Amino acid sequence: MKVGVVTFPGSLDDRDAARAVRAAGGQAISLWHGDEDLQSVDAVILPGGFSYGDYLRCGAISRFAPVMTSIIERAKTGMPLLGICNGFQILCESHLLPGALTRNKDLHFLCTPQRIAIENTNTAWTSNFEGGQEIVIPLKNGEGSFQCDDKTLTQLESEGQIVARYVGKNPNGSRNLIAGISNAKGNIVGLMPHPEHAIDSLTGPTADGLAFFTSALSSMVK
Amino acid sequence: MAKIIVDVMLKPEILDPQGQAVGAALPRLGFTFAKSVRQGKRFEIEVEGEPTPAQLAEVAKAAETLLANPVIETFTVRVEK
Repeated sequence: MKVGVVTFPGSLDDRDAARAVRAAGGQAISLWHGDEDLQSVDAVILPGGFSYGDYLRCGAISRFAPVMTSIIERAKTGMPLLGICNGFQILCESHLLPGALTRNKDLHFLCTPQRIAIENTNTAWTSNFEGGQEIVIPLKNGEGSFQCDDKTLTQLESEGQIVARYVGKNPNGSRNLIAGISNAKGNIVGLMPHPEHAIDSLTGPTADGLAFFTSALSSMVK
Repeated sequence: MAKIIVDVMLKPEILDPQGQAVGAALPRLGFTFAKSVRQGKRFEIEVEGEPTPAQLAEVAKAAETLLANPVIETFTVRVEK
């Protein structure tokens, strides 16, 4: 199974995302922001970082990168697509996911192991978790506060599109403690915390994040 | 040469922690006039000659596509004399 990891100018976590794919048993393929060719990958990860320096708004310029044209097209027909942190911001700017990520409520850049609960295990990226399972993975962002209008929030809640929620104190002011959401089909997931930094206990706080990547690989085998 | 101004503001219902931080700093400096502060962005776009209605419509389209995120922001387009 080939999983593409996109590198934009300013991406930081592309190498860790590729490493996580390999640890899960997949083949990681590097994709370049300026190249529309997805090299026949089966899934794509948009990694964390500060693509295009976060100029204008986080993810606003990356959304129009040539590689995104192909990714948006494939994702709309069901290709598994995961956006982590800056990747989540790009997914919202691309309107592949509803809502937007805004400045953390207290304006601080956060970098901390964060407990989250996996609420929806019917997505391409969470099928190897148990419903309600609590995990700890790093959260590191300055603009991670998930915001949307009331109608969207009601829809996300009622359709089970909330993939993960922060447990305990709200770290950044996200509505309803939202840490991650999916589209209605469940192939596109956006996550603010970083599973790719928690795939083994040597380099991460836990190995809890690995299951996001094994989930995608098993969903593609089905 | 004319200047087209696009002002982008967060929608009123969207939390603006940057504006709040500025609002909290003002009284510390002795400026006590502000009931609240909201922070936005201003784009100054230079064009040749007097902008036509078609050009302004195009700018509005660009503002909706790139300069503002309509999910959380509103924008206005005007010409500066």
